[in-house]
Amino acid sequence: MPTMRETFLSTTAEILDADPDVAVVLAVISAAQLADAAKRHPDRVIDVGIREQLLVSTGAGLALAGLRPIVHTFPSFLVERGFEQIKLDFSHQDVGGVLVSYGASYDMTTAGRTHQAPGDVALIDSLPGWTVHVPGHPDEARRLLLESIPGDGRVYLRLSAQENASSHLGVGFQRLRQGSRGVVAAVGPMLDRVLAATEGLDVTVLYASTIRPFDAAGLRAAVTSTGVADVVLVEPYLAGTSAHWVAEALSDMPHRLRSLGIRRDTEVRIYGEIADHDLAHGLDAGSIALSVKEFLGE
Amino acid sequence: MTTFIRPGYDELPRLISVMTGDDKHRAASESTVDVLWVLYDRVLNITPESIRDPDRDRFLLSKGHGPSAFYAVLTVKGFLSESELPTWSDAASRLGHHPDRKRIPGVEISSGSLGHGLPIAIGTALGLRARRRLEPKVVTLVGDAELDEGSNHEAIVVAARLGLANLTTVVIDNSSARYGWPGGIAQRFELEGWATRTVSGRDHEALYDAFTTPHPDRPLAVVAVVEPKG
Repeated sequence: MPTMRETFLSTTAEILDADPDVAVVLAVISAAQLADAAKRHPDRVIDVGIREQLLVSTGAGLALAGLRPIVHTFPSFLVERGFEQIKLDFSHQDVGGVLVSYGASYDMTTAGRTHQAPGDVALIDSLPGWTVHVPGHPDEARRLLLESIPGDGRVYLRLSAQENASSHLGVGFQRLRQGSRGVVAAVGPMLDRVLAATEGLDVTVLYASTIRPFDAAGLRAAVTSTGVADVVLVEPYLAGTSAHWVAEALSDMPHRLRSLGIRRDTEVRIYGEIADHDLAHGLDAGSIALSVKEFLGE
Repeated sequence: MTTFIRPGYDELPRLISVMTGDDKHRAASESTVDVLWVLYDRVLNITPESIRDPDRDRFLLSKGHGPSAFYAVLTVKGFLSESELPTWSDAASRLGHHPDRKRIPGVEISSGSLGHGLPIAIGTALGLRARRRLEPKVVTLVGDAELDEGSNHEAIVVAARLGLANLTTVVIDNSSARYGWPGGIAQRFELEGWATRTVSGRDHEALYDAFTTPHPDRPLAVVAVVEPKG
């Protein structure tokens, strides 16, 4: 089974072959994997070298010329290093593009803080109108990428080495389990561990691979069918990144919210494996189960 | 200096003078006025009728502060109405102290933060090339102090290596960079592979000549030297 990154790169090559209006901008990362596509489309696969400000601005300039840019590198370099370029050259100029990152919050587990970007979605969320996809499976990544190409919207596609065993290709919050004690909403790669953590608990489980726009109606419907406005939000980036949207969605009813995700109180300085980072942030199935039970008073 | 002044140029001082309240950037505006005039009068293939033509020339004003000279030139060339100028920067006006492309048809980019125009221009030049639109020029205007921003240096290297012959950068040099550019600004471009010209930013014929320098296989940098910022 190809990874999300491999799926993204092979799908991008397909898109380049089929759509003369799509261009890909790279900053060295993934350029080797797209070398064949670059040979076929030398004007539309552009590697600017290790220059991430230029990476983002070049994408915006392509959009101004009428092309649909796919702009790709690791999330810390794509979103954080060139954030003003995203804010001004895409949002403020009001042009569209598809920004695709691979690496998530701590996929590069031994690389240290420089290669971790738990704040990427929160940063994008500070700008109006972006669509944010956080696929949990390579098949979801492929479909979300393909669906991002038509039109001129601004899209952030966040790919990860962490994935679920199977894909869920619905839109918005998909209800995978129905319960009556509370609602647990999993985003992207958090799903399988949430399913494991809530096994045997009487809770409704939601899943979303698109977190912006936030599916407020889907959350409300799940709360209504559950009968209890107690929500646990499990996100693979900064804890509480979507908390304001949950509060907005449930603003007319008393509700409780517990936000799980990458911890905000400290910078976790470890290497090791993904499982080590999961434990450190309380995002392994066991920790999630404890958090959910504690929150629900079980 | 030129001896023949083309019609319209003599209207600019009056038009600029009705835009009051941005005194901090008065020098910035005055530094660009002759370059902007020559570009819109004789170099750029762009008119109010062609602002959506995919084969139009693109002018990206990167140094967006002090835009009163820009607005004045756009007014003479029919992009803006003179009646809008006195109320610029009012809540009801679309003319701010930095131009906004979403509010002024014909303005290619919104600017203000420095170091964005040249990198965006590279993308636009690449996009035109990818679409086989080989006629349009992409011209961006930056300041010598704006070159302090590192993003420009990312762009200067890549534009030359990718052979963007449809790209021109004009640097208004009013000696305002904090630490200067020993050896001259043109050298920064030339070393990376740009064609370069350094001329008086007040001499219309010299500017026109510089902007029309053939540069068939590489981008062109025109350094337009004006009086040092006071």
